[in-house]
Amino acid sequence: MQVEKFYYDNRIVKNFAYATILWGVVGMLVGLYAALQLVFPSLNVTQYGTFGRLRPLHTNAVIFAFVGNGIFMGVYYSLQRLLKARMYSDLLSKIHFWGWQLIIVAAAITLPLGLTNGAEYAELIWPIDIAITVIWVVFGWNMFATIIKRREKHLYVAIWFYIATLVTVAVLHIVRSIELPYSWLHSYTWYAGVQDALVQWWYGHNAVAFFLTTPYLGLMYYFLPKAANRPVYSYRLSIIHFWSLIFLYIWAGPHHLLYTALPNWAQSLGIVFSIMLIFPSWGGMINGLLTLRGAWDRVRDDVVLKFMVVAVTAYGMATFEGPMLSLKNVSAIAHYTDWIVAHVHVGALGWNGMLTFGVIYWLIPRIFSTPLYSKKLAANHFWLGTLGIIFYAVPLYWAGFTQSSMWKEFTESGQLKYAFLETVTYMKPFYAMRSLGGTLYLIGACLMVYNVYKTAKAGKLVADEAAEAAPMIKEEARHKGEHWHRWIERKPMQMMILALVVILIGGAIEIIPTFLVQSNVPTISSVKPYTPLELQGRDIYVREGCYTCHSQMIRPFRSETERYGEYSKAGEFVYDHPFQWGSKRTGPDLARSGTGNLKKSDGWHFRHFREPSSMSEGSIMPPYAFMLTQELDTSSTAAKINAMRTLGVPYADGFELTANEHLLQQATGIVNNLKADSIRISPTKEVIALIAYIQRMGTDISKQKNN
Amino acid sequence: MSALFILIGISLMVAASFLAAFIWSVGNGQYDDDYTPSVRMLFDNEPKEAGSEKKS
Repeated sequence: MQVEKFYYDNRIVKNFAYATILWGVVGMLVGLYAALQLVFPSLNVTQYGTFGRLRPLHTNAVIFAFVGNGIFMGVYYSLQRLLKARMYSDLLSKIHFWGWQLIIVAAAITLPLGLTNGAEYAELIWPIDIAITVIWVVFGWNMFATIIKRREKHLYVAIWFYIATLVTVAVLHIVRSIELPYSWLHSYTWYAGVQDALVQWWYGHNAVAFFLTTPYLGLMYYFLPKAANRPVYSYRLSIIHFWSLIFLYIWAGPHHLLYTALPNWAQSLGIVFSIMLIFPSWGGMINGLLTLRGAWDRVRDDVVLKFMVVAVTAYGMATFEGPMLSLKNVSAIAHYTDWIVAHVHVGALGWNGMLTFGVIYWLIPRIFSTPLYSKKLAANHFWLGTLGIIFYAVPLYWAGFTQSSMWKEFTESGQLKYAFLETVTYMKPFYAMRSLGGTLYLIGACLMVYNVYKTAKAGKLVADEAAEAAPMIKEEARHKGEHWHRWIERKPMQMMILALVVILIGGAIEIIPTFLVQSNVPTISSVKPYTPLELQGRDIYVREGCYTCHSQMIRPFRSETERYGEYSKAGEFVYDHPFQWGSKRTGPDLARSGTGNLKKSDGWHFRHFREPSSMSEGSIMPPYAFMLTQELDTSSTAAKINAMRTLGVPYADGFELTANEHLLQQATGIVNNLKADSIRISPTKEVIALIAYIQRMGTDISKQKNN
Repeated sequence: MSALFILIGISLMVAASFLAAFIWSVGNGQYDDDYTPSVRMLFDNEPKEAGSEKKS
């Protein structure tokens, strides 16, 4: 048969590799800065640099910019070689690359400006959401067209993981991004309260599964055997690993909502599937590590293998911990604490970070056709990275467990032993140590920047790498007695549809009933829509990313009801677009901040927003003095009321016309309260709206009790 | 709470069908050649005359 000659596109791989490195350093730098803000609150400078706005910037940067570009780097390198074909279209590759970088830049501008959807890892505003969808389709088009014109009939296991990633991320992103715009930059999520929470963590957990895990498993199945120059331990295991993993993962989301107002059956379903997940996850880890059987001596010398071994080990640890954290009794301790932060960083720094570094050290010398500039520097990077992970994670595990224990501790007379603030100040040394770990990790990454720069300078990019292979024989029919899996491996479209069906079934079964069945949200007659001022205040709460440190979900434990008041009910959140339950309590829960045990006066809140440490000594909350001078944008009130009405919030017809009068009336009431407390301020400042919202939270239920 | 029963029913059906497919595939020896692909990916088919020449 005639052998065809063709060229692999290495330029696109280089571009994505450089972007990975650049955004990796930026994302880690923002993370380190945010970590230091918890130790030194004075680092919260200007409204654009508060923790609440930087934390989403950090998470979006490391997930979508660092790991995102890392995925594309690895996919564009391995896909071409596995399929024995150049990417279908250089133009599509370029649009994909520059489109993705533009999205990242847009995110880096909008997030500090406080433009956010207020949902973790889905913060980006609706125009960016649309851009992501378009670019993702470009990526998918390029990938599938390459698969169709491939020369190698068999689809290697890595490609299945890429396909599953492509399809599932598209579904997740679209479902999570269904929102109603009320201006060019703002929107409300379509879902409310419990439904929004379920959609969010279905999305949130599967972002971990299908953005941080499956594509990287694909990279592992390609680059680890390549770097070790030996076949994967068990190809059969990789097939089982793939199918079982994608089927189980899609169900696990509700484990983020244990003991919340989510219906119990949904919680249990999430737990069961989370526990089962340990089997495919560990199957994959074992498959990766055993690939090195008989070659462990090479791990001593080969820095690429070192990175990969730590990455796969971190994957194993994180996927052991995940099912454990999904147990209700463990979640009761770990949820809302820094334990979770440690857990995700073992995954992010260990699994994603170290695998990315390994791939970069393996791939850059190859596409530049020159040896790596310094193996010693790379080895130093490895040790800094590994030590960084340990110094990061261990203090936070300790801190999380300790803080949770302090929250739950009672004195002999039955009083809570610690005020919330005491548990925060106790955290500071741990936060400092965590920052040290992050610093080590970042220094390691900087060594890589230098090493890659010197390597690229010494070599010359082989932009078009020659290869040859025989064309694929067209063979559409299925052989008699042929195995169905081999058949489907040759059929990318069928394969994609099957993967989609598997995923949709999982998602639909969990989500559809909660939408359809009214009984999931018990209606509480005393729960009323937010007033215009409260609604504006709530949007400021969302804008400032308050949910990054404050929860609004009191779990039914005595330690929580004593501290915060009555536990939260599903019916209390029916008008919350988006839900703001939060996932971390760096500060106290606010679900009952307008009533209950934590109720404070308007004057207290005013002074607290101006300078938190003046009211709570040792508080690490950023100051929000700018809200005392910044005017509330009341021109948006009518549009907000209209949008909310479309989403089912029962505002009376025509209410939007008088909404601002109502707003001013309520604001004047608060201003009068403040005047009595010898504070003078005009009623149209932002802080007034935020105080109104804070004072509203949790009051509906207590009204019901008084009746 | 009828959603709960519908949900369990559908879940069991889906799980059972996957289990059946898996048992059938193993019993039928579906994964006979579960070795060659893992070795094949190690070879990159570089042209014999030149390792990495440039296009024009």
